[in-house]
Amino acid sequence: MSGPNDTYDPKQVATLSAESLDAIVADALAAFAAASSSAALKEARLAHAGERSPIALANREIGALPPAARKDAGQRMGAARGRINAALAERQEAVDAAELEQALASEAVDVTLPVDLAPQGAIHPITGLIDLMSDVFVAMGWEIAEGPEAEAEWLNFDALNISADHPARGETDTLFVAPTDAHIVMRTHTSPVQIRSLLERELPVYVVCPGKVYRADEFDATHVPVFHQIEGLCVDQGITMAHLKGTLDHLAQAMFGDIRTRFRPNYFPFTEPSAEYDLECFVCHGASVGNPDAPCKTCRSEGWIEWGGCGVVNPRVLEAAGIDSSVYSGFAFGMGIERTLMFRNNAADMRDMVEGDVRFARMLKGEAR
Amino acid sequence: MRATKSWIAEYADLPAGLDAWQLADALVSAGLEVEQVEAIGGDVAGPVVIGRVVDFVEEPQKNGKTIRWCHVDVGPDHAPEVAPGPLVKGGEVAQLEGGYWPRGVICGALNFAPGDTVVVALPGATLPGPFPIGSRKTYGHLSDGMICAEDELGLGHDHAGIMVLGDADESGTPWVLGAPALDAMGVADDVLDMPVTPDMGHCLSVRGLAREAAQALGVGFRDVIAHTTPAPTQAGHPVVLESEGCPLFVALTVEGFDPTAESPSWMKQRLAACGMRSISLSVDISNYVMLETGQPNHCYDADALQGAIVVRQAAPGETITTLDDVERTLADTDLVIADDRGPIGIAGVMGGEDTELRDTTTRIVIEAANFSPVSIARTSRRHKLGSEASRRFERSVDPGAAYGAARRVADLLIELGGGRLVAETVAGEVPAMPVQTIDAGLPARILGMPVDADRVVEILTASGVEVARDGDSLTLTPPSWRADLVDPYDYVEEVGIKVGYDHLPSIVPAAPVGRGYTTEQKLRRAIGRALASSGFVEVLTFPWASEADADALGLDADDPRRRTVALSNPLAETAPLLRTSLLPGLFGAVARNASRGADDLALFEAGRVFFASDEGGAAPLPAVTARPSDDDLDAIERAIPWQPRNLAAVLTGAWRPAGWQGGATPASWAQAIAFAEVAAGVVGVRLERRTATQAPWHPGRCAELLVGDTVVGYAGELHPGVIKAFDLPARTAAVELDLDLLVSLFGGAGTLDPVSAHPVAKEDIALIVDESVPVADLQDAVAEGGGELLESVRLFDIYRGAPVPEGKKSVAFALRLRASDRTLTDADAAGVREASVAAAVERFGAELRG
Repeated sequence: MSGPNDTYDPKQVATLSAESLDAIVADALAAFAAASSSAALKEARLAHAGERSPIALANREIGALPPAARKDAGQRMGAARGRINAALAERQEAVDAAELEQALASEAVDVTLPVDLAPQGAIHPITGLIDLMSDVFVAMGWEIAEGPEAEAEWLNFDALNISADHPARGETDTLFVAPTDAHIVMRTHTSPVQIRSLLERELPVYVVCPGKVYRADEFDATHVPVFHQIEGLCVDQGITMAHLKGTLDHLAQAMFGDIRTRFRPNYFPFTEPSAEYDLECFVCHGASVGNPDAPCKTCRSEGWIEWGGCGVVNPRVLEAAGIDSSVYSGFAFGMGIERTLMFRNNAADMRDMVEGDVRFARMLKGEAR
Repeated sequence: MRATKSWIAEYADLPAGLDAWQLADALVSAGLEVEQVEAIGGDVAGPVVIGRVVDFVEEPQKNGKTIRWCHVDVGPDHAPEVAPGPLVKGGEVAQLEGGYWPRGVICGALNFAPGDTVVVALPGATLPGPFPIGSRKTYGHLSDGMICAEDELGLGHDHAGIMVLGDADESGTPWVLGAPALDAMGVADDVLDMPVTPDMGHCLSVRGLAREAAQALGVGFRDVIAHTTPAPTQAGHPVVLESEGCPLFVALTVEGFDPTAESPSWMKQRLAACGMRSISLSVDISNYVMLETGQPNHCYDADALQGAIVVRQAAPGETITTLDDVERTLADTDLVIADDRGPIGIAGVMGGEDTELRDTTTRIVIEAANFSPVSIARTSRRHKLGSEASRRFERSVDPGAAYGAARRVADLLIELGGGRLVAETVAGEVPAMPVQTIDAGLPARILGMPVDADRVVEILTASGVEVARDGDSLTLTPPSWRADLVDPYDYVEEVGIKVGYDHLPSIVPAAPVGRGYTTEQKLRRAIGRALASSGFVEVLTFPWASEADADALGLDADDPRRRTVALSNPLAETAPLLRTSLLPGLFGAVARNASRGADDLALFEAGRVFFASDEGGAAPLPAVTARPSDDDLDAIERAIPWQPRNLAAVLTGAWRPAGWQGGATPASWAQAIAFAEVAAGVVGVRLERRTATQAPWHPGRCAELLVGDTVVGYAGELHPGVIKAFDLPARTAAVELDLDLLVSLFGGAGTLDPVSAHPVAKEDIALIVDESVPVADLQDAVAEGGGELLESVRLFDIYRGAPVPEGKKSVAFALRLRASDRTLTDADAAGVREASVAAAVERFGAELRG
């Protein structure tokens, strides 16, 4: 080992010559290039850049040079070490990248495997549609009213101007809670909630009431004894039938997009004037009317399909709820949720809606869920 | 109401070339619904021609039936190219006078003679069905066409025999053989089928339809009611009116009627087109006039009447045998027509057998009366007996039409059956119509479209309303046929319909700012969505229930779920109650899914259950002229069954089927409880559990679910007996909660406290306790013992077996500790750990496992 002030030994310091350093560097670079794994590269690093590597040993000889020669040798040494370190770093990066790539390749999975977090649940399409329709009204500032399903006869009929002798009050149409002289029925429409709203709420009233209704109907593809309606009621000053049309047109637009609609005169005891609200037939768009060669089953070749009933609230109904009909007027409407579901999503058989088949509930997508 | 276009055209001057669809449009604009337009004969295609029977032979068959082998002359244009088979074997076939052959046709009917004119469908024709006609070998002959019956042509219901036409058509022109039969008979017509709403009673007649069509089209109208009602007279059969339910009764006596006269074919065909069968001339005329005028009427055998006709309320217990051959017991609410022997008809609903016309009746008393709609509706409903008459009276019949309609019946009887009108009785009079005064601006104000006063007057006048105008004040008297025009808004509707709702503007009203959904509504919706996201499928079941359900659920005699509400007219006698639990309905849905091959099920429902009201009592029916009293409203609420919303689920099969990630997770009591946890989680309340014995659950696998001290429901595995009773898969699990109660326990959304940024310290402890110690209780002890610094406690293992002694288990918890204001020291952590363990030791004799 030579001290810094040792006698200059040209033989020893030959290792610091340009040729010698180039050779050391070349050896190191070759070794790094040959290393194809992290382990091999580590070995090469120890051998060619470690404490006992030729370059490290050569470095120690700088002290043995006469002061005049040290600067030159130091510069050569710095350059040589720089080349070695750069080559090492570059190789390290390449080896790491190759090894990562290999590791990732080996960890590949079949991303098409099923990955269900939980069994596939669903809300019922009827519930989904009720929510969707309710949202339309809430967005307009309306509120959602509710009422009991086993309801007082007075609220279901009398207060709605359906007199004691009206055929709908017979046992062939209405389910009565026993005994019948308790005057409780299974509500036949959501309309008693109109009366409840008028009795309980402050005017003006803007409410919709979705819910179950009951009829003494046979159960088949087009009739169910328990189904759902959404009822709307608006009572305010200056309300007209044009407001009714505007409201229903807005709902129709929200439910079905651009569609032609019409009022067809009809009769309901609790509205006057009364109308059916019809939608243009989705299937034939009116082409079947007067055209026996192309009949349409959906609209029975009428060109229109009935969506719901509506009208101006009969002043008698307002009076029964203690509202001055010379100051206030209103409109009301009601439509079947099942019917709407049939129109929106092609549900063809009412039985599917009540039999609880999980496949039915799981079918709808998007906002309707 | 079915009516033909030609009939309407008799009374409305329909524009030339107006087709049935345009007529339908006019009626729709008047407020009617036209459900269908059918072309009579529209289903008949190809050669269906007039023919004449030349001759025939009768050939008895082995089956006892006799057929006729006929030669029919169908004119030269349709004559066959070769001679038909002879009538008698080996016989000769002669050419007809015009030098052509007759056709050979097999016919099963026996109601014709040689020389009769008939309708023949030739090969290539199609009859309604569709029923194509061809030449075919049958009964040993080549039958080269078919002689048609009325129903086979779609002209009527008659299949008693084939149609035998008279010598000439209606205008007296002789038939041309081979001419297209439907055209020659003049039967081509269109039928409009219209459901009529209760306020459109005046449209249950050709008269009303013609009037509406004429008004809509702006054309002339001729009233079939050609007579005004005369002053009361008892010149005819005596009539006594004893009830307010009958304001007017007209009785006309016709004598010299020929009871053997037959209905003309034009009348039969019109009746058939309108859906009525031909019975006999007098009955056909009665029906024809009812369809035409809207006035139900009745013909009595005058000689069968005993004494005066009395219109009165029935005496309770009186009986009558109606024309449909049913003996009916009457009540005092029933209005009857009676004579000396008692009731001879239920007024406005159906006549009786005793005074029915016989095939020998020559003296007839024609009744045309007016009855109160309410009385008829009540009686018709009580006897479950509807008729064309009651349908009209329930919707109000024009009292001004009674006399004119009776005269129309008499005229037709005399014209078609001979005889003469000999005497008239008119009892009572046409009641006055209610007068109403409205502001001329009301229609525009309520409809929301401009209709000026002149237009209002013009429209109402055209509708037959008598209008007295004083500035903007209109005093209105409706015509006798418009019983629906009573209230001011009735006139608003009349104006609206006649202007046309198509002219209404579409304006969205500006509602005041709303408060959106209520908290309860939001929570219920969020619960449903959360459960669906957790893997449960919502179903909607019927709420019917039965005693058998309660028994199968294993409910005790005093279980509150037996306090059911019964229906008085259930749809099925086997399910006469309303449900008190959602579970049986869900079991049904499980069974239906299982029968369709789905075994792994997690179904839920949110819906009302019904319990008999504690206070009971009847709901009052207060007057509707003003707001009911608070007492009445309270009584209504008390009488209504208690009907909370429940939330329930049933689980069967695998919660998660076996898959690549591992074996199946069976659906079990655990998921049933998890269901409740999800719902409670949405509400933000902590659900506590304790073992409970509650039907229909397995006593060892049932959790009572509480929020604080309030029981909100039960969850667990079903009792094996219940599983058997409902035929469910083994180990079916279920949960049922009182949803309204759960939602009501929402305590507000809470506060957002600062989140500690100090490090967490972790400690694990394992405690050995008796098997009987509930883990949740042990965990509570650990949590409470640990105090404020204990952030969370999580169960991570339960171990049984050596070295843990028999009958004990080792329960391991991971504790997370944190302070809000500092980093915990080792001494802090040790303190919490010791305190937690100490609490467990104290409460459950737990032993810390080394």
